[in-house]
Amino acid sequence: MSREKPDQCWPGADNTRIPYRLIHDDEIYRQEQRLIFQGPTWHYLALAVEVPDPGSYLTTFIGETPIIVSRDDKGELHGLINRCQHKGALVAVESCGRASTLRCLYHGWSYHLNGDLRMVPFEKGIEGKGGMPAGFVKAEHGLTRIRLDVYQGLVFGSLSNDVEALETYLGPDMCAHITRVFHKPVVVLGYYHQVMHSNWKLYMENARDSYHATILHAFYATFKLNRLTMGGGLVVNHDGWNTMNYSIGASVQDGHYDPQELRAVMADVGLADPSLLNHRQEFADGITIAIQSIFPTCVHQQIYNTLAMRQVVPQGPDQAELHWTFFGYADDDAELRQLRLQQANLIGPAGYVSMEDGVIGEYVQRGTAGESAGSSALLQMGGSAIETVKDSRANETTVRGFWQGYRTLMGQRSD
Amino acid sequence: MIDSETHRRIQHLHNRYVRVIDDDQLEQWPQLFTAGGNYQVTTRENHERGFPLALMSCKGRGMMLDRITGLRKINVYEPHRYNHQISALEISAQPAGGFRCISNFLVVRIMHTGASMLFASGIYLDVVVQDEDGTLRFAERTVITDSRQTDTLLVIPL
Repeated sequence: MSREKPDQCWPGADNTRIPYRLIHDDEIYRQEQRLIFQGPTWHYLALAVEVPDPGSYLTTFIGETPIIVSRDDKGELHGLINRCQHKGALVAVESCGRASTLRCLYHGWSYHLNGDLRMVPFEKGIEGKGGMPAGFVKAEHGLTRIRLDVYQGLVFGSLSNDVEALETYLGPDMCAHITRVFHKPVVVLGYYHQVMHSNWKLYMENARDSYHATILHAFYATFKLNRLTMGGGLVVNHDGWNTMNYSIGASVQDGHYDPQELRAVMADVGLADPSLLNHRQEFADGITIAIQSIFPTCVHQQIYNTLAMRQVVPQGPDQAELHWTFFGYADDDAELRQLRLQQANLIGPAGYVSMEDGVIGEYVQRGTAGESAGSSALLQMGGSAIETVKDSRANETTVRGFWQGYRTLMGQRSD
Repeated sequence: MIDSETHRRIQHLHNRYVRVIDDDQLEQWPQLFTAGGNYQVTTRENHERGFPLALMSCKGRGMMLDRITGLRKINVYEPHRYNHQISALEISAQPAGGFRCISNFLVVRIMHTGASMLFASGIYLDVVVQDEDGTLRFAERTVITDSRQTDTLLVIPL
């Protein structure tokens, strides 16, 4: 099999043809780690409320790189590479916790929560023999700090010193939409973790893809919760790197369930207990579904009253893990909180609406296995442009936007 | 103490639960619960940290039936079956009537391709009551999976 260079694998200058190689090739996967995940990109890491107090920390990833988000004793947030400066072992292994210091289990090197190296066992040797050399300065061996910024309580990190300011990176519409949801304090209500046997990029394409939503996810169409004919649009910022798909209901019910009306909209399949679909309009703009994607691997969703952050962690060319953080507002009344939890049946690995997304990327992964002739996916819905479209969602502009960010960073040109 | 007859009847309920799921008689699954029974699947991570989020949450038989309607008619997934292994059933009588049960489960998932894997392990926490017709049913079944991960998707109840 001939091995083309990645920069030769694109059939055209626009993003309407996506080579299948990009989801299978080991070399490309390794390059993505360097050029995208360690490149000039911002990565959603956590909600600030998940590290609430001095001494709180959690562990996550930027691409494959293990990351700690911690809050030091002064209350400052830090992003640290989770890698001991001695031998490279993880210093924090739990998903979250509270600690006064982070201590590597291997040889006991310990660090303050701001990353500073605190103590090296036997630094001075035993009875003056052995130990670290006289020139060893602990201040030079703290955990590697990464850039961290917080926007409206969302903690983002970057492994690049060249990345632009977070707000510039997000873009004005993305900032506005984040502010729309994060306008008051949130509380975490739980997590899902979902293993998908497909390339990370397939999930990110899927999250931006309005075209599939009402076709693959029959639950939406069956109960007329989301139709492409409904009001809504596609918003792109930052040359397509960041996008939002939204729809405005026209919901089958608003506030309390109306059995007369609901029966009328369910011609073939009915729910024995339609109270599952009860929801409360909590945003003045009438948007009932909004899926926002921040390049490369962050998704922020509102589906009715379900609010969640999703983070995709790549685990090789053909596997990725999706982390869902489901939240509500600190001031939710009991009924609204209950609605969120009930509607959680719509989302996550067992969600009536979203379960198919856990497998559809795998169908593509399997369907394109073994290809070597430069075949590619076709993304021509709505033409070839990457732009905001306010009057139609039968358009793949947002998916093309993902590939715009991808090609820019990977240096992949067609000529 | 639980008398042997009660123990046998509760064990039978557990066995029926396995049969209706593993033998694809899923339309009968809600009948193993009381009309207002609760069925919930969550992870040990959420449970131990006090997070109320569930993977599946059915309040009453109607919502359980809807899960079956979903998997029969609406949702799209690759055909597969489960094989449940249940063990270590413990039963205690409640002062107010009914019984609390705890048991372990393993669920092997068998895809239509033949690929099998250990899909889930965990515990069932149950409240079993004698229903109006004299039948023992689950008033509550909380499924707590040991792992926080779900492989691909969860559509058939655990």
